[in-house]
Amino acid sequence: MGKGKKVKDTPSDDDCWWWLVQKGTTAVFITVGLFALLVRAAVSLHPYSGAGNPPKFGDYEAQRHWMEITINLPVREWYRNSTRNDLSYWGLDYPPLTAYQSFIHGLFLRFFHPDSVALFTSRGHESYLGKLLMRWTVLSSDALIFFPAVLYFIIVHYNQSSRSRKSELAWHIAMLLLHPCLILIDHGHFQFNCISLGFTVGAIAAILSGKDFVASVLYCLALNHKQMSAYFAPAFFSYLLGKCLRRKHPILEVLKLGLVVLGTFAVVWWPYLYSTHSILEVLSRLAPFERGLFEDYVANFWCASSVLIKWKRLFTTESLKLISFTATVITCLPSMVQQIKSPSSRGFLYALLNSSFSFYLFSFQVHEKSILLPLLPATLLAIEEPFMFRWFTQFAMLSMFPLICRDNLVVPYLALHALFVLIPNAPGQHRIKESNYFVSYLGSATMHLVLCCYFVLHIVYLTMHPPEKYPFLFEAIIMNLCFSQFVLVTLGCNIKQWLLNKPVKLEEIEKKLI
Amino acid sequence: MGKQKPSVREVHHSHSPKRSLWWFFLVATCIKVLLFPSYRSTDFEVHRNWLALTHSLPLSQWYFDETSPWTLDYPPFFAYFERFLSIFANLIDPQIQKLIWSLIVWSPMLFIVDHVHFQYNGFLIGILLISLSYLEEGRDLLGGFVFAVLLCFKHLFAVAAPVYFVYLLRHYCWGGMIRGFSRLLIMGGVVTAVFASAFGPFFHLGQIQQVIQRLFPFGRGICHAYWAPNFWVFYIMSDKGLAFIFRKLGFSIQTPTASFTAGLVGDSSPFSVLPQITPFVTFIMVLLALSPCLFKAWKNPQPQMISRWIAYAYTCGFLFGWHVHEKASLHFVIPLAIVAAQTLEDARHYFLLSIVSCYSIFPLLFEAQEYPIKVLLLLLHSILMWSGFSAQFYDGTEGNSGATMKKGFVIGWVERIYLIGLVVIEIWGQILHPLLLGDKFAFAPLMLISIYCAFGIMYSWIWQLVYIVKSL
Repeated sequence: MGKGKKVKDTPSDDDCWWWLVQKGTTAVFITVGLFALLVRAAVSLHPYSGAGNPPKFGDYEAQRHWMEITINLPVREWYRNSTRNDLSYWGLDYPPLTAYQSFIHGLFLRFFHPDSVALFTSRGHESYLGKLLMRWTVLSSDALIFFPAVLYFIIVHYNQSSRSRKSELAWHIAMLLLHPCLILIDHGHFQFNCISLGFTVGAIAAILSGKDFVASVLYCLALNHKQMSAYFAPAFFSYLLGKCLRRKHPILEVLKLGLVVLGTFAVVWWPYLYSTHSILEVLSRLAPFERGLFEDYVANFWCASSVLIKWKRLFTTESLKLISFTATVITCLPSMVQQIKSPSSRGFLYALLNSSFSFYLFSFQVHEKSILLPLLPATLLAIEEPFMFRWFTQFAMLSMFPLICRDNLVVPYLALHALFVLIPNAPGQHRIKESNYFVSYLGSATMHLVLCCYFVLHIVYLTMHPPEKYPFLFEAIIMNLCFSQFVLVTLGCNIKQWLLNKPVKLEEIEKKLI
Repeated sequence: MGKQKPSVREVHHSHSPKRSLWWFFLVATCIKVLLFPSYRSTDFEVHRNWLALTHSLPLSQWYFDETSPWTLDYPPFFAYFERFLSIFANLIDPQIQKLIWSLIVWSPMLFIVDHVHFQYNGFLIGILLISLSYLEEGRDLLGGFVFAVLLCFKHLFAVAAPVYFVYLLRHYCWGGMIRGFSRLLIMGGVVTAVFASAFGPFFHLGQIQQVIQRLFPFGRGICHAYWAPNFWVFYIMSDKGLAFIFRKLGFSIQTPTASFTAGLVGDSSPFSVLPQITPFVTFIMVLLALSPCLFKAWKNPQPQMISRWIAYAYTCGFLFGWHVHEKASLHFVIPLAIVAAQTLEDARHYFLLSIVSCYSIFPLLFEAQEYPIKVLLLLLHSILMWSGFSAQFYDGTEGNSGATMKKGFVIGWVERIYLIGLVVIEIWGQILHPLLLGDKFAFAPLMLISIYCAFGIMYSWIWQLVYIVKSL
């Protein structure tokens, strides 16, 4: 019978998932997507940031307050301080697209539960129905924006890549949709990163498929949703500039792109374009420099080095602004130059990682949640750099651990972490040849030592109390460890990006270096 | 784990099936952990109460068979199932093993009932599966022993006792006077010992009457508050329908004072037109429904059919029993998963049955918070089943013109329409009914779900009956 031959035509030894994968990319995506939605729905059951914690509560209350403000006040007053809109109580500090999104979600909430978004009286409103509706706004945004963007990326990426093994595709989709940091922040802590990250992924996919204008529009939308998306701006800029320079009329191309960008901004900022004063009003909310070089403990250069050099005491805010700006630009320059000189799809992904990392490590007023930004290109590169990706994610999780503990989200943290470890080790998963340069440069003993510290720190933070004299001792240790690993990852990726220029195969280069 | 039979189909086994079982189990555990803060039904309080009761009060004041001193059910369940599947290692292609395993571990019914609603079914069904595995292996004494233990945990499982009795009698205690009789004694002795150790203390205290009363609360009505989708749903609906028609025709039909759920109030019957049903009647009907199966078991007690017979027994108990909970559908759906991958017909039947019975327990989780979870669980399960079965029954009829056209995993039109009907009912219940009718007829959506699913379960019963009767 034909059956015997045909059935086992599929790759045998490693593809125990062939029964899922043989149905095609979309089927795999739907299955993994449903599972990812299930995980998100389950995490949504857990507490959110600032739950039951007056007077200020947390990010959840901030988002709810923005919904309240946007549906009750006219557009022009959203960023203006007034009796009805007290900017000191969670004033809007994201660009207008977030405000429009809050408006739509506010309408949704008002339809089902008007008490939760009534002007003034709903401050600190916490209820079962309110939480349910808020969680559903995040779930729907995720499903409507982030998931399609990921599908778009996967289709584009695997059309081009030569090693398009179907089982890798399923694994990659799982890594993108089940990334623990994103789920914990968006569906646990409560934020809307899925929207800006979704637009960014869409822009990246458009770039990979050669549609530069679409990419520009999508990236501008991402920028207009969260100004932190600017972490990727150098990469986009240098890649597009590099491509324009290779065309026949570079100035014309640059002008065209510039027009598209300006057009998108004009559409989004339309209600605020009637005077420079109103534009400045909004801009001043977006860049709160008065909050200082860093708040809380974050695994970047300034916070880590503040153990030795007390930056805030030695310099004024003004000079610190300049110093951090210079440092960011310097660290980001190599990758930009490489892309301008020789733009390529793969190089672009590395450039995204490098530029977002340099911003994370050296920029002003960085939050620990901003690690999501470098994590995005790292996840997109998960197939090419599996070890780097896993290592990076682990330490990104650790850097978020204090935040997670404050939000009482330890149980989802552990469950998602376990899932993250399990999925790459799915039975029969083909072991991709990994270039574990960490081990080759530093030795496997160091790696095991670092991993040991990783586990110990989790336990210590959960169970022990810090000494009276240094109440933030554990946070400082965690952040310093994470910072060291992040620096290693950045260095490695910068080197990788520069090595892409060489026409020789990568493996041979590495053999030479070792 | 058992040795893998080297077959032409698998080139390598670079992974061990044991590892993949662990993997499935661990992933499911992660999800279950995430579900910790979800809704808990009164059952949680009930179990907690029992724990407290048994912990703090002396033996003379508690009733053994209703307590479960275990806190987490999945480690024992997993251990049992691993043992169970090791039996099949020689016989079943590891791909199928994985399929069966994922079908069961990922059964949304188990998720919903055990880990959200809160019960210990996973643990108990694990014991049932252990017993079945022993019987399939041919180790009848152990199978009987484990079943007796199971009965002492939850007497609901006694519905399959006739089948066990007939099978063990014919298979184990047969073959010559001396041998047969001595084995009968051994089996009887083992079972009695188990029951004695369970009920002994209560006999001693003279409380056995009270225990029996507690175990068999026939004071309750024929139906639970939410009607399980069984045969009595049709009976009740016909009764109401006939009463309606007769009233229109002019006859005077008294509206009954008793209700279906509250139990037998003296002599009054909750039925207006049709004859009253007593627990005894249901008992007889279950036995009648079981009889073809018992007959087959007597005629030819073969180990391979045992899962089907037991599943059939629980189906009969579900359809015709007294005061059946919708959760009882777990008892026959899970054992059927074992044979689901054997033939195309089995797969089709299981696909339909699993979806219908899972949907019928949706009303258990009525809070809005769990709604996406239960819907996603069911959707995910359906897709996994679909992919799994499609891959299993891949049709490779290229180049075969005219010869036996073996279709891949395709569902017939009737089944498709039925499944789409499920979606329609859900939309009606969740959206259209509150929109159009508001608070009127609040019972109607639940009733619709009951009736609609009852059709599916009746179909499954008939299908199983036909299969058993037609088998050798």
